[in-house]
Formats: sequence, C-alpha cells, structure tokens
Amino acid sequence: MREVAVVAFAQTRHTDHDEGLSEPELIAPVIEEVKRVSGLSRFGFTCSGSCDYLAGAPFSFVSALDAIGAWPPISESHVEMDAAWALYEAWVRLQHGDVDSALVYGFGKSSQTDVREVMTLQLDPYYLAPLGLDQVSYAALQASALGAPEAELREIARRSRADGRANPYALHLPDPTGDDPYQVRPLRSCDVAPPTDGAAAVVLAAGDLATRIAERPAWITGIAHRAEPHYLGMRDLARSASAADAGRAAGVGKGPVDVAELHTQFSHEEIILRDALGLGPDVAVNPSGGPLAANPVMATGLIRVGEAARRIMAGDAARAVGHATSGPCLQQNLVTVMEA
Amino acid sequence: MAERCAVIGVGQTHYRTRRHDVSIAGLVREAALRALADAELTFADIDAVVIGKAPDLFEGVMMPEAYLADALGAAGKPVTRVHTAGSVGGSTALVGASLIQGGVHERVLVVAFEKQSESNATWALSTHLPFTASLVVGAGGYFAPHIREYMRRSGAPGHIGTLVAVKDRQNALKNPYAHLRIPGISREMVESTPMLWEPIRYLETCPSSDGACAMVLAAEHKVTGTPAWVHGAAMRSEPIFRAGRDTVSPQGGKDCAADVYRQAGITDPRREIDVAEVYVPFSWYEPMWLENLGFAGEGEGWKLTESGATALTGDIPWNASGGVLSSNPIGASGLIRFAEAALQVRGLAGDHQVDGARLALGHAYGGGAQFFAMWIVGADRP
Repeated sequence: MREVAVVAFAQTRHTDHDEGLSEPELIAPVIEEVKRVSGLSRFGFTCSGSCDYLAGAPFSFVSALDAIGAWPPISESHVEMDAAWALYEAWVRLQHGDVDSALVYGFGKSSQTDVREVMTLQLDPYYLAPLGLDQVSYAALQASALGAPEAELREIARRSRADGRANPYALHLPDPTGDDPYQVRPLRSCDVAPPTDGAAAVVLAAGDLATRIAERPAWITGIAHRAEPHYLGMRDLARSASAADAGRAAGVGKGPVDVAELHTQFSHEEIILRDALGLGPDVAVNPSGGPLAANPVMATGLIRVGEAARRIMAGDAARAVGHATSGPCLQQNLVTVMEA
Repeated sequence: MAERCAVIGVGQTHYRTRRHDVSIAGLVREAALRALADAELTFADIDAVVIGKAPDLFEGVMMPEAYLADALGAAGKPVTRVHTAGSVGGSTALVGASLIQGGVHERVLVVAFEKQSESNATWALSTHLPFTASLVVGAGGYFAPHIREYMRRSGAPGHIGTLVAVKDRQNALKNPYAHLRIPGISREMVESTPMLWEPIRYLETCPSSDGACAMVLAAEHKVTGTPAWVHGAAMRSEPIFRAGRDTVSPQGGKDCAADVYRQAGITDPRREIDVAEVYVPFSWYEPMWLENLGFAGEGEGWKLTESGATALTGDIPWNASGGVLSSNPIGASGLIRFAEAALQVRGLAGDHQVDGARLALGHAYGGGAQFFAMWIVGADRP
C-alpha cells in the first residue's frame, strides 16, 4: 500500500445550539484552516460526509461545495455517511498513485432536527421503523445486553465530560450528578452524546508530500471497515464483531496503542469497543472528551481520526487509533491506525 | 491508473412505475443476484459492497446501506454508501472501481437503486435547506431555462428534442428491461403531449421508475468470462452558485470528459468511441451533451442529432438502451449508463447491441448540472 498520512486537521468550536450559521458557513472556516496549515489550495481528490436527514432536505453536500471553492471544477465525491468513510474513500483514491493529496470534510447540524427520532428512520422501513423504536431505545437495548454496572457507565460519562471541558472545541458539560434522569434505562442523559452542531476537515497526503507538509505526519498504517447484520436480533449486542474484524484488518494489535479516539455515542459503547479492539487499561481512550462531550453527527467519526492524528503530529503519541461507527448499535465500524 | 479493473458481471431489474412485489431490499438483491450470476460468482466471492442512490428522502429511509447490508451479503464486509445527486450511479461505479484500481480489493459488488413508488421524488427534490430559497419546480423546472438558453445560442430548431424522445423510445423497444415501451412512438405522439416546462413536453422527460442495477468489478487476476475493461474513470464537481458558471455547457463536464479521454488515449471521441450511454433525462440534453463531451463543436450538437448519427444505426449511437428517457430509477440511472456501456463492449446487449462495439462511454450528471462521473470501457485490455 502507498504511504498516506494525515497532515492537517481542523474542527469547529462545536455548539449545543444553532448559531444561525448555514452549512457552508459552518464548513468554510475549517476548510480555510486546513488549507493554511497544509499550504495546499488545490487537492487531487475531495470527499465529504454528511446526511440529508439532519436538515430534512436533500442535497446538503451541494451547498457545501460552494464553501470549498470548487473552481476550477474538482475531482470530488460524497458519502452519505460519517465523514470517516469519506476519509476512507480518499485514502483508497490516493492508492492509485496519480494524485498525492486529498481534502476530507464532514458536517452536521443536529440543532435542525431530533437525532434520536431521525435515527429511527435508519431501521428496516417495513417492519422496524414503524414500531418507533428510537436511537436511545435501541442503544439501551445494547447496554442492557452488555449488563455493565451503572457505576461504570457513569464513570465513563464523568471522565468524558471532564476531558471535554479541557478541550476548547468540545462542549463544556458539567459533571454528572448521579441522579440525572434516565433517558431509557440504564442510560441516563450523561450517557447519551449531546446534540451538537459542528464540522471538521482533514488533509491526507501521500509519500514525500506528507513529509514536506508536516514535521511529523500521522502515517496511516492500517485502515479497514466492516458491517454487521442489520437486525438487532441477529447479533450478540454485547459484542462488536465488526469492530473486532476491522481492528484486526487495520492491525490495531500489531503494536502498543497510546491513544484511541472511539466513536462512542453512548457510555456503554466504550466498554464494547475497548473489548473488540483489544485496548487494555493503559490505553488513553477519548482524551478529547469524545462524542459524549461533542457529537456533530457525520463529522464525529472524522474528528476521532483527526484527534488521534493530532496527538501524533504534536508528538504526544507514537501510535494511535481512530474509530468511527455507523448504523444502529455499532452496526458498521471503521478503524484507522496511525503511527509517527 | 494503478491496477487494471474490469466489469465481469451486470445485473438489472425490469424498470417499472411500481414494483409492489418486492421491498427495497428485494429490489437491490434481484439486481445483485443477476450480476453475480452473470459473473458466475456468489456473495461469498465478493470482498466489498458499494451502494449508491439519490437522496434518502426519496424512500424515506435514512442511510439505507445499514438496512440493506443483509440483502446484499455485506455483513462481515466493508460497505460504503455514495451520494452525488443524479450522478450517483456513475460515482458508485467509480468508487467500486477505485477499490480495485487502488489495490485494496479484488472483487467488488456495486449496486444502485431507486424505488420511487415508495415516495414522491418531486416533493423530495423541492424541500430546501434552511437559509436557501426553494424554487419548488422539481428537476424539469430547473433545467428548462438552461435548455432554452441552449436553443437561443445554437439556433437549434424546436423539433430536435422531439427527435431524441422518439429515438430513445424506439431503442427502448429493443431493451427488455426498459420502463417506457411505447409501440408506434412517433414525433406526432410526442408533440401532442402537454408542455410541462417550456420547451419540455411530457414525452420529452424521463419517467419515475422503480429499479436497481448492479455490477461485479474485478481486478485483472480475478477476471473471468467476458470482461469490459475500464480504460478511463473520472469525476468532477463544481459549485452550483458561481457567478458566470456556464450551466448550458458546464466546465466540470468538459474537464471530466477530457480526463477520461486522456486516460483512454482518445483524441476524437466521435470517431473512436463506438457507442455512448449518456445521462439524458430531458431530450434536449442529447445535443447539449454532444457538445459538452466533444462529440460535436459548439452549436453543432443538434445537427448531429438531426442527421441520425446518434441513432442505433448511426455512426455514433447514443443511448441504444433507451436511456434515462425510457427508464429512470434516479439513483440507479447513472449506473445503468455505466453498465450498458459495459454490456455493449462485452457484446451482451441483446437486441440493442451495436455491432462491433469495442469502446464505450458511460456518463452521468447530477445536481444543477454540476456533478459529473464518466468512464470509458473497452473490449480490449488497456
């Protein structure tokens, strides 16, 4: 495989409310920032991730294109998924050898919608969606299947929020009080990622270009993703076989992991993913605060890759994992391993 | 281009106004199984799945790749969902090809679909993002002014669109999968239909179809059967709002065509390409794209259409399958173009086969004529 690295990463200062910015306005500053940091104004390939259902209207990515200055016309694509999959598509494109750089971005404005309800529409439309089982309910099913002690969930939430308060880009949420109301038992409000508006961008570069742009590029040594069956009754919800498969394919276990940024939209997912990826207690998980401290849907997974890469580029980590998920109850998982 | 990639299987559903006999999952599975049968493979032989469709609002299923994973044998594998507006079918093929060209996988299943009967596409196209104005005109209302501008610039006579509408529907009569099969289709019949968006008449527009299309793509060392080799593949996008953007002959289309021609070593597309499957959802887009894609000089596209050059018996047949004008499951329409191009160079296009086709163009566009996806496939190894 051709050597490709993350060489620049930017994200918005995420908010828990609508700041009146259109999607292009949300995206433009982070695109400007990665262009400035990378010194690149044109890219061999561009790919984005977003989801029309957050806006309740088609073609979110069309107006986003206006923000990135796609003139003269650019080689560009879009995944209707978390932008971590856009990063994967860009990495694949860079494997061809004819282009050396890629711009990846993702955005989501949860404030325009009710994510919990919208995610219901992700279910089988004939048999499951009409039941109205919402996102937190099916996450709670998974948490129940796992049977984790509530104290453990609360500690994950507490740690994530504390780390989030130290991260200028994340929401500044208070420590859980321990008697927050249940959203769906056993998940309390603090166990559920908060509604968040935000965007993020990453620049990938291959070979020599990466070393020219970044002093310490975050080289992608492994990247893979896998899906599981859709029907919740067809899998063991207490485990994530697809995350384990993706982790193996990406080579997570081939060396020590200093930092892992996991796409945990619910506290219990950290336990399942740590287990699936074989991350021991010595691995720092979500030092950024993770999605429990800021969850700009469709950018959240890309931010995990970006945060993990940032620690390598800053010299704080030698080997890091960025993880993204999609679908109900960790149905699809993408794992990126990066090294200095 | 790194690794060589070939199409080794194509599967289509019959395109219909309503496929009440199958769910969305049943529809995509039907196309996928036909593509696998064509390649003499099973789901077990597939390394990765790429799904494409137009906006999720069309069926009301958010990110349907999650739900469709089981139906497409994707559980345990990587599955990706592509969405680039009307060009998505073409982009889906290109993302699938990219997985092979990049050396990441050896066999990839690409599937694109739309089941328009489960919703109302014009409604779904007419809602708008916050802070933006909605024209509430659907696709035809958006493109009609661009067509009128083409007519003004080129001086094309008013009947050119009618000729395309008749030609493509005549071709559709030879394609068993085509949706609109209108025996005795004639200019009089087209001209007698209501004007929807001046100058677009009812029979100059594409239908709303249910349908899916699938392809199996393979790396060189996994090629079996009769391959269609990918000789060039490219995407281009440009902003919808840009002062001075030429929406009649967009730069993105020109650049995308130049890129695939360069990769395929084509210098004169009209002479070197044997057959083209081009995204023509409104009849007038044939002469417009003839110029944009370099088959004719500026202002000359309509003359090529009028001369019969693009008919099945002409020297450069366009849309031998009947095209988007005859079958339009939106998200799949681009992939059908790419798949039909592959069928032609494999010599498997049946009654609408162009004799001796060795090199074919597949083309798709979307958004406000701002997203483009194209490939050139050939019978010979590049």
